[in-house]
Amino acid sequence: MTTATVTHHGKRVVRALGTGAPVYVLLAVLLAALAFTDPGFYEPDRFLSFVKRAAPLVILAAGQYLVIVCGEFDLSVGAIVTAGVVVAAELYGSFPGAPWLLVTALLLVAGGVAGLVSGLITTALRVPSFITTLGMMLILEGAVFFWTGGSPQGALPTAFRQLGRGAAFGWLPWAVIVCLVVGAAAVLLMRSDFGRTLVATGDSERAAALAGVRVARARIIAFVLSGAAAAIAAVLVGGFSGVSAQAGRGYEFEAITAVVLGGVVLGGGRGSVVAAMAGAFSLQALFTLLNLQGVSGALESTVQGCIVIAAVGLGAADWSRLRRRRTNPSGGQAS
Amino acid sequence: MTATEPGRLVPPRAGVRLRRIRLGDPVVGVWLAALTVTLLGWIVVAARGGDFLTTTNAVAILQNSVALGLVAVGQSAVILTGSLDLSVAYLISLGTLVAAETMASGGVVTAVIAVLALSAAVGLANGLIVTGLKVNAFIATLGTAFILRGWIEDNYTGPAGKVPASFQHLGYDRVGPVPVSVFLLAAVAAAVWFLTRRTRLGHHMYATGGDEHAARLSGVRTRRTVVIAHIICSLCVGAAALFLAARLGAGAPWAGTEARYDLESIAAVVLGGTALAGGRGGVAGTLGGVLVLAVLDSVFNQLAVDPFFKNVVRGVVIIAAVAVYARPRRAAKGRPTA
Repeated sequence: MTTATVTHHGKRVVRALGTGAPVYVLLAVLLAALAFTDPGFYEPDRFLSFVKRAAPLVILAAGQYLVIVCGEFDLSVGAIVTAGVVVAAELYGSFPGAPWLLVTALLLVAGGVAGLVSGLITTALRVPSFITTLGMMLILEGAVFFWTGGSPQGALPTAFRQLGRGAAFGWLPWAVIVCLVVGAAAVLLMRSDFGRTLVATGDSERAAALAGVRVARARIIAFVLSGAAAAIAAVLVGGFSGVSAQAGRGYEFEAITAVVLGGVVLGGGRGSVVAAMAGAFSLQALFTLLNLQGVSGALESTVQGCIVIAAVGLGAADWSRLRRRRTNPSGGQAS
Repeated sequence: MTATEPGRLVPPRAGVRLRRIRLGDPVVGVWLAALTVTLLGWIVVAARGGDFLTTTNAVAILQNSVALGLVAVGQSAVILTGSLDLSVAYLISLGTLVAAETMASGGVVTAVIAVLALSAAVGLANGLIVTGLKVNAFIATLGTAFILRGWIEDNYTGPAGKVPASFQHLGYDRVGPVPVSVFLLAAVAAAVWFLTRRTRLGHHMYATGGDEHAARLSGVRTRRTVVIAHIICSLCVGAAALFLAARLGAGAPWAGTEARYDLESIAAVVLGGTALAGGRGGVAGTLGGVLVLAVLDSVFNQLAVDPFFKNVVRGVVIIAAVAVYARPRRAAKGRPTA
């Protein structure tokens, strides 16, 4: 009996790791390499500052995961980050005394609204989300720069930036706490009925709809949450790097890469949110490692490209072999 | 077992289907949209006292759509096959640099061959990563883009090389009122159209994009088809790089990235009614999509619209146009993991 439960438990662990297994290996390898390159890396404050720097990407990856797992894309998150930072600066320009909580809440709502618009267009008008969110990206970037005349001005007050660069109790960065909270919320969400609904929608939209899932509503909520997550990331990014027109540039691709590194299948229906966030940590660990290794800034993206392709390739290869062994040998999955 | 699917997945192998003019056809839709945008632009510009429908302006619009047109034509080949290519922007940049540097030291012919060989190699790499390593095309080509970017940033800091006057004819000469480069676009588009619509390879591309599993079971070598589609795409991108090198007179690291050819070309393809999931659409629609974007640009320039505001309108137009006429028959299920 005990052995049965043990093997059962073991199976459950394997299944929980599931498609994401390669990313944990990758993360472990990268973290070990970091320890090897830089013995001081695991001193508490340095490790916490690493987590702090990873926080925006992890939060974006969690949001992006929700959208990807239900079969869509969100390319607008980078633009939402940029817009969030710039809008916060402009708000403080007009109302210098605004409480930071109010501004943060406002940004969250705005990010959610941007996601809501993307979601409504994608589901009601049936525009592919790739195009919807690409359009949203152009609109947000264009609007922000049009509004600020090309060069955003103004500064963020210390109170607002506290969330991004301050620390609670003097040692625990707020960003780490925010990251943990968002991560926990994402895990709980995916364990709830809604999470299952979302995965079912991505797996087979028709089957989910026939089973009574309100597919469109699930997708819209995913977009809203992704937009809100991007707004949280904007608050953190604005906190530690200040106002810049480039604040969110490239984040959309990094977030998608992180999610895919986590073994989540583009097209939906497979993968876990924990693995997606582990993918984000891996990506950040990779950046840090390349920095420490003194790879010239220019070649950094080359190495990054190679490693991403290799990691995803390895993940894909293992996965298809496993599947083929378990099911009939008709040649892997079509999609 | 032949596919008994409705003909939209696999185009008829023998015989030419009589194409009736249907308003629901995305190709007709996009050309109508191009016409509408032109008319609206003409009215708006005329209301401001400008003159829109001049020969000079029409020629400028054509000229401006060549680079995006070449990339988008290539992009449609990959998207039809159910893949996509995000590495085109950096490949253009690298292509202009290689072209200009080779032309400065060697001959024009060597340079053309070098650029096309480079493009074919990148396309082959993309195709092999997508099919062999089973990496999703989105990530695979994004990875290639990163690799190319690192290569460019490591080796070039600014414009490099020089394009001789003999090759700049491609960028500036005209036959009558029509720029030479437009003939290049027409030739490339016609070639890709013929390849996709009239050859066995093209039918295999549609079949692979429509349902890869079914295509493979029907005996289509889907992997080879995807690899060839990627090579076709990259060759078109190489042609675009050669054109831009002729136009700029030198190679520039930002030639492809500044205009965001990666996302713009995908937008043009989807505007032209090609399904992002593959299997439906074609080159004719893509050219219409490119024309819509080019006419829009020209109108904005005539009205001296703020460049940032231009992006806003462009985003709205892309979404609205796709919502109106390129409506997929079922909600797009993201990209298949080719």
